[in-house]
Amino acid sequence: MSSIQTYTQATPEAGLKRALGMSRPDIIHEMNESGLKGRGGAGFPVGGKWNFAASAKSEKKYIICNADEGEPGTFKDRVVLQEHADLVFEGMTIAAKAVGSREGILFLRGEYTDLREHLEDTLQRRREQKLLGDNIQGSGVDFDIRVFIGAGAYICGEETALIECLEGNRGEPRNRPPYPVNTGFNGHPSVVNNVESLASAACIMGRGADWWKTMGTAKSTGMKLFSISGDCARPGVYEFDLGVTVADILKEVGGEGAKAVQVGGASGRCIPPSEYARSIAYEDIPTGGGSLIVFGQQRDMLDVLENFMDFFGDESCGQCTPCRVGNLKLLEGVKLLRAGKCSMSYLKELCALGETMQIASKCGLGQSSPNAFLSVVAHFRDEIMGRTYSQA
Amino acid sequence: MSEMTNPDTSRRVPASQQAMSVPVPGNLDAIGATVGVNIDGVDVKVPLGTTILDAAKQAGIKIPTLCHHADLCVAGVCRICSVEVEGQRTLQASCSFPVTTPIKVKTHTQKVRQARRHILDLMLSEHCGDCYTCGRNGNCELQTLAKEYGVDSFRFGHVEKPVHEIDRSSYSVVRDNNKCILCRRCVRTCLDLQEVGTIEVLGRSHQSHIGTFLDKPLGDVVCINCGQCINRCPTGALRANDQTDEVWAAIEDPKKHVVIQTAPSPRAAIGECFGMEPGTAMTFELNTALKMAGFDQVFDTNFSADLTILEEGTELLLRLKQALLLREPGAVFPQFTSCSPGWIKYLEHFYPEYIPNLSTAKSPQQMFGAVIKTYYAEKQGIDPKDIVTVALMPCSAKKFECNRPEMADSGHKDVDFGLTTRELAKMISEAGIDLPRLPKSDFDSPFGTPSGSGVIFGATGGVMEAALRTVIELVVGVKVEDLFEHADIKPVRGFEGVRYVELAIPQVGPVPDLLKPLFPSWDFLKGATLKVAIAHGTANAKKVMEDIKAGGQFSKCHFIEFMGCPGGCLGGGGQPIPTTPEIRQARAKAIYAEDSAYEIRKSHENPDVLKIYTEFLTEGPCGHKSHKLLHTHYTPRGKYIE
Amino acid sequence: MLMTAHERLAGEIRDLVQKLGRNRSSLVPILQEVQKQHHRIGTYAMQVIADELGIHPVEVQSVVSFYAFLDGKPQGKFVIRLCRTISCDMNGKKRVARQLENDLGITFGETTKDRHFTLEWTNCMGLCDQGPAMLVNDRLYTKVTPEKVHEILEECRRTFGVHATERKEAHLA
Repeated sequence: MSSIQTYTQATPEAGLKRALGMSRPDIIHEMNESGLKGRGGAGFPVGGKWNFAASAKSEKKYIICNADEGEPGTFKDRVVLQEHADLVFEGMTIAAKAVGSREGILFLRGEYTDLREHLEDTLQRRREQKLLGDNIQGSGVDFDIRVFIGAGAYICGEETALIECLEGNRGEPRNRPPYPVNTGFNGHPSVVNNVESLASAACIMGRGADWWKTMGTAKSTGMKLFSISGDCARPGVYEFDLGVTVADILKEVGGEGAKAVQVGGASGRCIPPSEYARSIAYEDIPTGGGSLIVFGQQRDMLDVLENFMDFFGDESCGQCTPCRVGNLKLLEGVKLLRAGKCSMSYLKELCALGETMQIASKCGLGQSSPNAFLSVVAHFRDEIMGRTYSQA
Repeated sequence: MSEMTNPDTSRRVPASQQAMSVPVPGNLDAIGATVGVNIDGVDVKVPLGTTILDAAKQAGIKIPTLCHHADLCVAGVCRICSVEVEGQRTLQASCSFPVTTPIKVKTHTQKVRQARRHILDLMLSEHCGDCYTCGRNGNCELQTLAKEYGVDSFRFGHVEKPVHEIDRSSYSVVRDNNKCILCRRCVRTCLDLQEVGTIEVLGRSHQSHIGTFLDKPLGDVVCINCGQCINRCPTGALRANDQTDEVWAAIEDPKKHVVIQTAPSPRAAIGECFGMEPGTAMTFELNTALKMAGFDQVFDTNFSADLTILEEGTELLLRLKQALLLREPGAVFPQFTSCSPGWIKYLEHFYPEYIPNLSTAKSPQQMFGAVIKTYYAEKQGIDPKDIVTVALMPCSAKKFECNRPEMADSGHKDVDFGLTTRELAKMISEAGIDLPRLPKSDFDSPFGTPSGSGVIFGATGGVMEAALRTVIELVVGVKVEDLFEHADIKPVRGFEGVRYVELAIPQVGPVPDLLKPLFPSWDFLKGATLKVAIAHGTANAKKVMEDIKAGGQFSKCHFIEFMGCPGGCLGGGGQPIPTTPEIRQARAKAIYAEDSAYEIRKSHENPDVLKIYTEFLTEGPCGHKSHKLLHTHYTPRGKYIE
Repeated sequence: MLMTAHERLAGEIRDLVQKLGRNRSSLVPILQEVQKQHHRIGTYAMQVIADELGIHPVEVQSVVSFYAFLDGKPQGKFVIRLCRTISCDMNGKKRVARQLENDLGITFGETTKDRHFTLEWTNCMGLCDQGPAMLVNDRLYTKVTPEKVHEILEECRRTFGVHATERKEAHLA
């Protein structure tokens, strides 16, 4: 019943078998050729990451699968882990071969503990099938994977915070550089890739970069998984080629007539109907983690915004000033707007603060948390200003 | 001199707060390679991996900082030092951005200025308390930045009412989280620089705050009172418990005879509070000031430092006698120094099983207090209950020490008040005294003969140097000058975190009269090699203690000097703010210069000390009366709390 | 041989450290295990863990206080976490929340007096297409309605054989 055609059609282990017969540079070359970019949100080229880690000198290297999917409205990784876990582990094993790693860690968020048993069983079966462990498929490659359960912190989706958690610390993002590909888990080079990135990498290795490039646009190659929720008839996980328009997606999921669409989760942007013709691609509206939350005409955008700002207020790690205090000020601003007590000059000040947060916060959380605020203010100013009663 | 107060922290400190090790792209073999940086149009060449902040310093460009401190590893959390780096979408924190390729940096564009102003506004929105009523008024990094960036209104509001209770439970440190801006300098100080681990960030997000274990009052948790956190706090969130009002009250009470002893380190640093260059000794100007302020007598802690050498040194010799001559079991080595109350409490918490190693000799502060309320009181015919003893110390832990219940052997509280350098500077300012312009005056009799050995107690290695000078002359029977030029025992000096020195005793001299009741001859020491070590800062002390536990090199030592603070007392938690590695160096210079300038430079030559052994402590060092007044016991505290 | 509760807990933690590794990287798994067994990470447990790993108790507490699934305060045998994020919010989370409070007699962030239930909010659990979503310990419930709340609580109580006590619980105004 999987809605992910590309994954369902993939020949099991074709990518791994092919990769085991290839040289490391060839694998990385193939990944670079495909143009696959990280599907977690940041969009860093997967081949590039592997290449950095491959050229780093170290006794130990780690392949870490980032299954800390916590972006509000995003659930495609849950579905991938449930239905295509083999593909994810295959991708990790290919990455291990490419960078020369013997140890893999699947960082599963605490909220997904229900998947643990299934994942452990899958790993065990793969060991029995000689797809993991020593001398995989007689190739001389040794690699095994363990599951690490997170402890409940959205920020651990940021790769250096994730590594901090693995090391037994507060999940607070590190200063970068150095990057994990050089100095990662316990100081060793570490590749941190999103669940979908790894599954797609396995497909690419199986069918070739050229096949992947037949999907998507020139700058945004391949297909992408989308988590659709909110006011639409058919919420769920969908597969679309990158470059798809917002309108096309809305039609597919039964969300026509939406008042607004939040693209990329709480940290993404709020798109008004006038922009539904735009496409979702790295060169247009960034995909983020690939989530769309559909808001029907009845929704109050300040309700939505308050929910988002509450979320960031709770999930900011709290170390840097712009994010720790800034998100609080934006939340207070939303409450002022709801109470109809926000002057235009203060709203402008808050927007300027949002822009500062975008460039002065230490990590992606604080840099993207003002996006929703800024886009709602930009597109729905008429709706949010001058309230005469509290709609709480 | 390299300072090793920042040891390998890979295990203890979250990597986000660790010193950086930055892999350099390209040719790794090019050690010593440099890279060009253009900052605001100024070109500089810096070693690969240098931060933008340091490169800017080299270019003569000032970038504001708050969470950065020269003693601490990089945090990159306050973001006030953000700058624009060409080609980067976001601003970069200059304190944590290593230069590995040629870059162009702009430090004060509109974007940067606006961001800094916003960051300041956000900090101020949470910073409760007004500048007038703050102990750091005029010496607050946040206040300075607010001025520099022209903060004219609280754009994002301002907390009017305090939300955190002020923690006054500790004798030494007052915590006011209402003023905290979460720069985490205190956390890095406590966890990383000192490895005591009293405070950490608790909670997440906007709920995060600096807290103790279980958020208990500071007085109830494992804290050694070293006050290093105070020295690094940019605001008034951490300060020493202020007792100047009580001291003023005593001065103004005509029935009270108020005596102050001044320790060497504050004298080398107090000038900083009056705008003088670090390293300007104010010893004799300070004597004048104290008299003007109203103290009845001003004594030199050097007296009791020298007394400490004789008591603690004799104790060491007795332990050696027990082991080498009498061959009795039970002589505990190495003997640890006991002058630093921060170190004492550290050991009581973390290594209570090593209490027998501690010298039972009280610290100079406490010895002096006991002597003043007995010997001095008797001599002057003053009822000790009318004497108030004040100690000027570079230290916040001294406040705890003088309140230890066992520190009342004179029948009264031996030392009534321990004042920090900062508190006394405030009193002098309050009295309208212009310290730098004062004439010099001498210490008062009978504890006023300046002595070099006492002075150097202020620097790490100083106690050891003083002890060695005395051992060389009294035991080996040669002049120190014959072995070390100008009697400067250089091997024990410096700022290296841990130092190890051996002193061979190829020959022995005659036993001086003072020690004859205890030692008929030194023959048992002939041919022995005295092994000593020095550690400063509790992180270094920990290294030595772990080595001793493991039976390593330091377990073979006879005598080890431990100081709780980096640099020893001159870097104490009661010293002027800021304290940095350079400032510590400058203070050390002043201290060694003072030592050099004195005629009497050896503890056993201090005439005031010799006099007390003929007039009062007639049984000599470690005699019955000494034991009653000048020695103490310790409390095994452990680290578990309820 | 008689053992105090402290000795037993310390022994348990030492076994865990033995099993999971005596290094800082084991901290989170050790905490998770203690949390699971004791429904909290208590004062003494934090100190023993710190001692075993060679770190300071306040560092352990710092980590515990950072993560939503670790708790220093005692928690109920069933920890109910209702998703408060946008999609679940739009699908009727508020009414489910109200019903949970009514049926348990506590508000969010609290634990019932009998220590059976703790009620907490959680952020997105990745079930946005099936909201409102709720987690009871490790078990997921989707499309929860106010009516279903009662059934779910009953199911929990049955595993304890304590359903008879249900009526005694206070009802929130």
